Amino acid sequence: MAEYRLTTPLDEAQVMALRAGDVVWVDGHIFGLRDATLIRMFDQGVPVPTDLTGAICLHTAPGVRQVGDRFVKVSIGTTTSTRMNRFTGPLLQLGVRAIAGKGGLLEDATRLLQQYRGVYLGLVGGTAAAETTQIEEIEAVWWTDLMPECLWKFRVKDFGPLIVGIDAYGNNLYLQTKAEALRRVQALGY
Amino acid sequence: MERGWPLEQYEAVTEAVAHLYVKALKDLPPDVRAALEAARSRESSGVGRTILQTIERNIAIADEQSLLICQDTGTPVYFVEVGEESGCNPIRLERAIREGTERATREHPLRSSVVSPISRQNRQTNTGYRVPVIHWEFVAGSPNVEILVIPKGSGSENMSYFRMLLPADGVAGVKRFVVESVVGSGGNPCPPVIVGVGLGGSADLCMLLAKKAIARPCGSINPDPEVAGLEQELLEAINQSGLGPMGLGGATTALAVHVEHAATHISQNPVAVNIQCWAARRGRLTIGPEGEMAIGY
Ligand code: SF4
Repeated sequence: MAEYRLTTPLDEAQVMALRAGDVVWVDGHIFGLRDATLIRMFDQGVPVPTDLTGAICLHTAPGVRQVGDRFVKVSIGTTTSTRMNRFTGPLLQLGVRAIAGKGGLLEDATRLLQQYRGVYLGLVGGTAAAETTQIEEIEAVWWTDLMPECLWKFRVKDFGPLIVGIDAYGNNLYLQTKAEALRRVQALGY
Repeated sequence: MERGWPLEQYEAVTEAVAHLYVKALKDLPPDVRAALEAARSRESSGVGRTILQTIERNIAIADEQSLLICQDTGTPVYFVEVGEESGCNPIRLERAIREGTERATREHPLRSSVVSPISRQNRQTNTGYRVPVIHWEFVAGSPNVEILVIPKGSGSENMSYFRMLLPADGVAGVKRFVVESVVGSGGNPCPPVIVGVGLGGSADLCMLLAKKAIARPCGSINPDPEVAGLEQELLEAINQSGLGPMGLGGATTALAVHVEHAATHISQNPVAVNIQCWAARRGRLTIGPEGEMAIGY
């Protein structure tokens, strides 16, 4: 369980150093997106309005307050990633290096992360109070008609801890832990 | 109160419900805090400890800075008990609860997570057709009204299960279903969780019992010794799985298992599972016969 501090954008070497079970803290920028954002990007094929090369994309729909034409954070956390599993490939093809969320991704996404040299970073689900304080500012918002499922750009400092749930070597800690847990309870007779 | 609540009383309750909703989202009940602390102190997995420490730090930050514990402000679910002698008109009370929920959403402001199941349209109020969900009970002889709010997060609500088992599957079948449902949910419901189990009744009652079970204080024990034994056994089995915090391995997958039961039909063996995440938010408003209000958990 090594600990890393990463500054975005991420490059291949930074990602390849990480192993499932490691802990990561992030400085720099994180992009927020969710179901509706990804549907617009990839099902509707609307061009992505910003460069996501080396980006960390976080599954989130923040609570915000509008002040003039700007948005100020109220509560920013994360959501269950498996709902957005099928968008893993398209995101990686845009150059995204890390997908962050909670609950992990499935087998096919694990293989895609290995192929494109990306990782999945698990936040501690439900810890929005801490995460909100680690987000310094909402720097940009695109597609506000999808509120709260817009494309967000957050500037972060000491953002974490994020746990490497899936590394670029095909290890998926979520699926491994669950399979082992099911085996154990079956062995107990359940 | 012979003639019933004055109209101002409903306005006061609307305001109190708005306050209650936000308070519940910021201030985790002491029983849940204690269970999380106990889980952290016995956790031996490094990743598990990191997660439980982060949860505790998160709760402390929410306390200090008056922030929401989790960004998912949930589906508003209320359990309301109206005392026979309270003088409360439930139709007006229902309106007050709805308006209080909307007021909290607008004034805090809170993210609205409630949409139409067909158009997916969000009114930005955290309410909609038949939502808030309100479960009513009427209590003979009581002068009080009690409003319990559960802002129910979706990561855990999505991990809800129901099955009509056969009588021949017995309690063994029930246990297997519960354990497999919880462990099979992996990290999605944000473990460590409170597991609510409904046993018996009709299909609708069974699911409601599971929801009542998660609404109990964390770690409370069913007064029926047979049911209490089942709670204990299920808790041990689920934790022996090693699924752990966030499904990444460790000693505590569940903080508690609560079972609520009801009589059922001779040819049925219904079981329901409703999971509550570690952010097991709960707020209680008690209104006395003179209109005096107390807020608790
Ligand atoms: S499951 Fe609970 S703790 Fe996790 S994100 Fe949803 S509301 Fe928050």
